[in-house]
Amino acid sequence: MSDMGTYIKRPNRPLQFYAVIFLIVLYVPVLFIPMFSFNDSIYVRFPLEGFTVQWYIELWQRDAVWQALWNSVKVGAIVSIISTVLGVVAARAITRYRVPGRSAIVTFIMMPLVIPGIIFGVALLVLMSQLGVPLSLYTVGLGHLIVCMPFAVATLLPRFEGFDSSLEEASADLGENGWWTFWRVTFPVVTPGIVASLLLTFTISFDEFIMAFFLTGTDPTLPMYIWGQLRFPQEFPSVLALSSLILFASFILVFFAQYIGRMGLNDEKAMLDS
Amino acid sequence: MTSSDAFISIQNVNKFFGSFQAIDDVSMDIAAGEFFSLLGASGCGKTTLLRMLAGFESTSSGEIYLDGQPTSNVPPHHRPVNMVFQSYAIFPHLNVRDNIAYGLRKQKLPRAQRDAMVDEMLELIALPGYGSRKANELSGGQRQRIALARALILKPKVLLLDEPLGALDKQLREQMQLELRALQRQVGITFVFVTHDQEEALTLSDRIAVMSGGRVLQVDTPAGLYESPRTRQVASFIGNMNFFDAIVRRNGAAMGAVETEGLGTIPVPVEQLTKPDGTPVQVALRPEKFAISNEKPDGALSVEGRLSNVAYLGERSHHYIQVPGKEEPVAVSTTNFARDSGGSESGDAPVWLSWSPDSVVILEQE
Repeated sequence: MSDMGTYIKRPNRPLQFYAVIFLIVLYVPVLFIPMFSFNDSIYVRFPLEGFTVQWYIELWQRDAVWQALWNSVKVGAIVSIISTVLGVVAARAITRYRVPGRSAIVTFIMMPLVIPGIIFGVALLVLMSQLGVPLSLYTVGLGHLIVCMPFAVATLLPRFEGFDSSLEEASADLGENGWWTFWRVTFPVVTPGIVASLLLTFTISFDEFIMAFFLTGTDPTLPMYIWGQLRFPQEFPSVLALSSLILFASFILVFFAQYIGRMGLNDEKAMLDS
Repeated sequence: MTSSDAFISIQNVNKFFGSFQAIDDVSMDIAAGEFFSLLGASGCGKTTLLRMLAGFESTSSGEIYLDGQPTSNVPPHHRPVNMVFQSYAIFPHLNVRDNIAYGLRKQKLPRAQRDAMVDEMLELIALPGYGSRKANELSGGQRQRIALARALILKPKVLLLDEPLGALDKQLREQMQLELRALQRQVGITFVFVTHDQEEALTLSDRIAVMSGGRVLQVDTPAGLYESPRTRQVASFIGNMNFFDAIVRRNGAAMGAVETEGLGTIPVPVEQLTKPDGTPVQVALRPEKFAISNEKPDGALSVEGRLSNVAYLGERSHHYIQVPGKEEPVAVSTTNFARDSGGSESGDAPVWLSWSPDSVVILEQE
């Protein structure tokens, strides 16, 4: 096909092949979990023995699972709200005002991404015991907040960077005071970023293990519960069932967060391009 | 103009950003219903002055009166002025209708009345039926009109426009200039228009303030600025201009006279001569005020020179003519009446330049 234009637009077979292999290597191991969760055997091994949903039913009837789930949802909800509010404030300050050492501040906020969780976990554990604070869901939440902040800021920053401050001036010019301007212009324009940040940070808190491992008191979060169940071989299929559900829910949430987060951004780009 | 019929009165306004002085003792009056332009290169303070009128910048000293009222303590959302932003600032999350109706919230109008007002505005900006479009579905020219409608629906006493045509391509810009001028006549609102495009300012304005370095150099009508610029800076900012060093020599004549490099001692309108004899002045002549001929013209003021260069511009040609006693060639602009008039002259040919004494401008020393 010589009329396909330059090599830039021509389909690249090896590259497509590579992409497929990449995705297979990345996700096939994960797919074993839901596969075995429907297997009618307590042993995780081939050949598969038959289809069953009994592990899911068992899960449903276990109070401890519900308790752990509720703990995780509580922590996740509070952490996502706090980290998003702090993220909004940080993103607005970074983009709106001439902050000295702006890039250094952003680097510091993003630092927890590259510092191993185990170090933060141990550090917080030491700090809490020094201060005499008993371990509880609150200490877990504190740990999660550190983990979630960079994600909140990273999600919100592009939103606020793309925000044209003349929109707020236009609103003031058209007769609205600061509060109404925030409510009618600023908030709606950045809402997709806020929703994306809430979903993403909730998912991260919900799935987080290392911080929870060091900082959990008597109430386990869901990942801690799974960890606890691994000691009992007969419970393993239920753990697989539970993991499958978490996997599914996380996937949906993150996908949704990404979709919402981009909403409107492309519109504005199209506006600028036209 | 007396200050009594001034609708906007800017009095001794200064503005400092840190140690940088953006506005330097600006005073001017703008009449009601006037199309007034602030013209200057970027960084001359024109946008700062506009933003002061809107209330987005405070004055460091001095006062701006709007309709007789001092404005320094009035926040932007309480001023009877509206602005069309350079970026248009169309709200991306609202459709055209909601954008236009944005400022009407406080008036608490019945829905039907509000819709009627929006429809009227859509009619005015020639975009009927666009009400439900999203901002990203509009072209630059359409967004510019929405921004206009959004401001005009509030019936402001003054409309401020910050280079609203800057982002449009040439053809659309010229069309919008005509529409804007017609619209201003139709609604009768005072327009304060910021631009760096001198042609645009000349086309649109009743009066223009030429600004540079935070100062106002001259406030005048377009014709006044073009034909009687006061300083060399104004003269060279608007259109092309030939400058000559000269010395005042009245010689007792009824006409004034100046001894001018390259042109000899030439008569000038006497009312332009305010300086005593012997004072060095600058003389300016627009390129199109000269006529070129191959023979010495009868009667008219003339000087002989040599054609050094011709630039053909289609509708007109620019001739550069070297005259004895002046280093820079004199630029002469001629209209190309005949089809073969462009580029037919051979280089270095002797030619005669002639002009009328009325077209000579004496500039103030800066």
